[in-house]
Amino acid sequence: MNVLIDKFDVFAGGFWLTLQICILAAIGALVLGAIVAVLRISPVPPLRALGTSYVNVFRNMPLTVVMFFAAFGLPALGSNADFLRIPLLDSLFTRLGTDLPYFRFALIALVLYTAAFVCEALRSGVNAVPAGQAEAARSLGLTFGQNLRHVVLPQSWQASIVPLGSVIIAMIKNSALAGFFGVVGDLSATADQLTGAEGYAFIPVAIGISIGYLIMTVPLGALLDRIEKRQAVAR
Amino acid sequence: MDDVTTGEPLIVLDAVNKWFGPLHVLDDVSLSVGRGEVVVVIGPSGSGKSTLCRTINRLEPINSGTITFDGQPLPAEGKPLAKLRSEVGMVFQSFNLFAHKTILENVTLGPIKVRKEKPAAARERGLALLDRVGIANQADKFPAQLSGGQQQRAAIARALAMQPKAMLFDEPTSALDPEMVGEVLDVMTSLASDGMTMVVVTHEMGFARHAANRVIFMADGQLVEDAPPAEFFANPRSERARDFLSKILTH
Repeated sequence: MNVLIDKFDVFAGGFWLTLQICILAAIGALVLGAIVAVLRISPVPPLRALGTSYVNVFRNMPLTVVMFFAAFGLPALGSNADFLRIPLLDSLFTRLGTDLPYFRFALIALVLYTAAFVCEALRSGVNAVPAGQAEAARSLGLTFGQNLRHVVLPQSWQASIVPLGSVIIAMIKNSALAGFFGVVGDLSATADQLTGAEGYAFIPVAIGISIGYLIMTVPLGALLDRIEKRQAVAR
Repeated sequence: MDDVTTGEPLIVLDAVNKWFGPLHVLDDVSLSVGRGEVVVVIGPSGSGKSTLCRTINRLEPINSGTITFDGQPLPAEGKPLAKLRSEVGMVFQSFNLFAHKTILENVTLGPIKVRKEKPAAARERGLALLDRVGIANQADKFPAQLSGGQQQRAAIARALAMQPKAMLFDEPTSALDPEMVGEVLDVMTSLASDGMTMVVVTHEMGFARHAANRVIFMADGQLVEDAPPAEFFANPRSERARDFLSKILTH
């Protein structure tokens, strides 16, 4: 088990990189998922169809395939996803700005894939709000946007938060795929590096990276349990 | 009223048809409601009276026919429809007060967001309306803390806050405990005597008798009778109306 102590800095580096992917992907997926959710509940049929198609495609396709499309499809189309080199953000998350585009490709795949699930979690919250609330808002003359903002979303948040948390936990675990699509140095690539190139025994390394993922997911799960209990009491 | 078109009806339904799948809920319904008129719609359950009420502000779209409000056909979508709805107050069977907002916030949301009134002015008018319906002392509570009768009166105040040209009531007392029906009907009666144009779907025959200008009787999606209340209750012309009245008035 010496590898955990000897190579602590490698594990810590992998943890930090995975955390960066997860933070950025979570933000991106929440924003994109919210937009798709608004499309799916919009009163305009073509927008609804667009939202529904998005969810159908990305919810039903394996993440591995989405990653393939991002890592090999985008370069084939001549894009290095340079639009993600967002000033300021790339000084905080340095991998966004590097010449190797694989961090950005993995991020795109993770955001596109997770957004479909975020959309559905948000929508289940919206559906939990009694239909009469939106009807009353419409009857007052509130527009679709005002209705969402002032009446429906403030009430749907409560019902969305727990499924949303589960989606983010799944996303953290899914981020492990990034290491197999060219992202050097995240937690899963760390395992590959230590066992393959440096010859460390597999089981201690696997325990090490597991601890890394659990440090991110277990507190999030505990937080969700607490929120759920508080909601049960309030009800 | 400073309206130059006085004398023209405010709400006109012409040959309106609506289906829910195979069910013909509104069968060639034509109806006009004059300004200041109080029309009570009665009929057995499933007769289409709630649907009729909900088509007037397009909560239910129709399959054929036309509905005009204040001389304009109902807009299909978007901002024009929102504007129309802001001019037609709606009161629901299940109140539908915004559960996450206080009673006063319920009443002021429309004026502030739709009419762009100053919050202070909207609050002042909101409090006056709550006072009018007798629940000014509940202004800062949440809907769930109020009795059904109080909630429904708050819902009426919320609709009135938009200064609507007409008010629609979709079975406003059907979800209330019996002892609370009276307080809601009192508010509605006072509205009627103030000259508000009202379409009221209800089972309260007492209200129909003393507050309505006309009683509409519906059955199977059709408008079967349209008569002043005294005439309707004393002398219903159709077999179905006689049958309906005999069932509800003998108890």
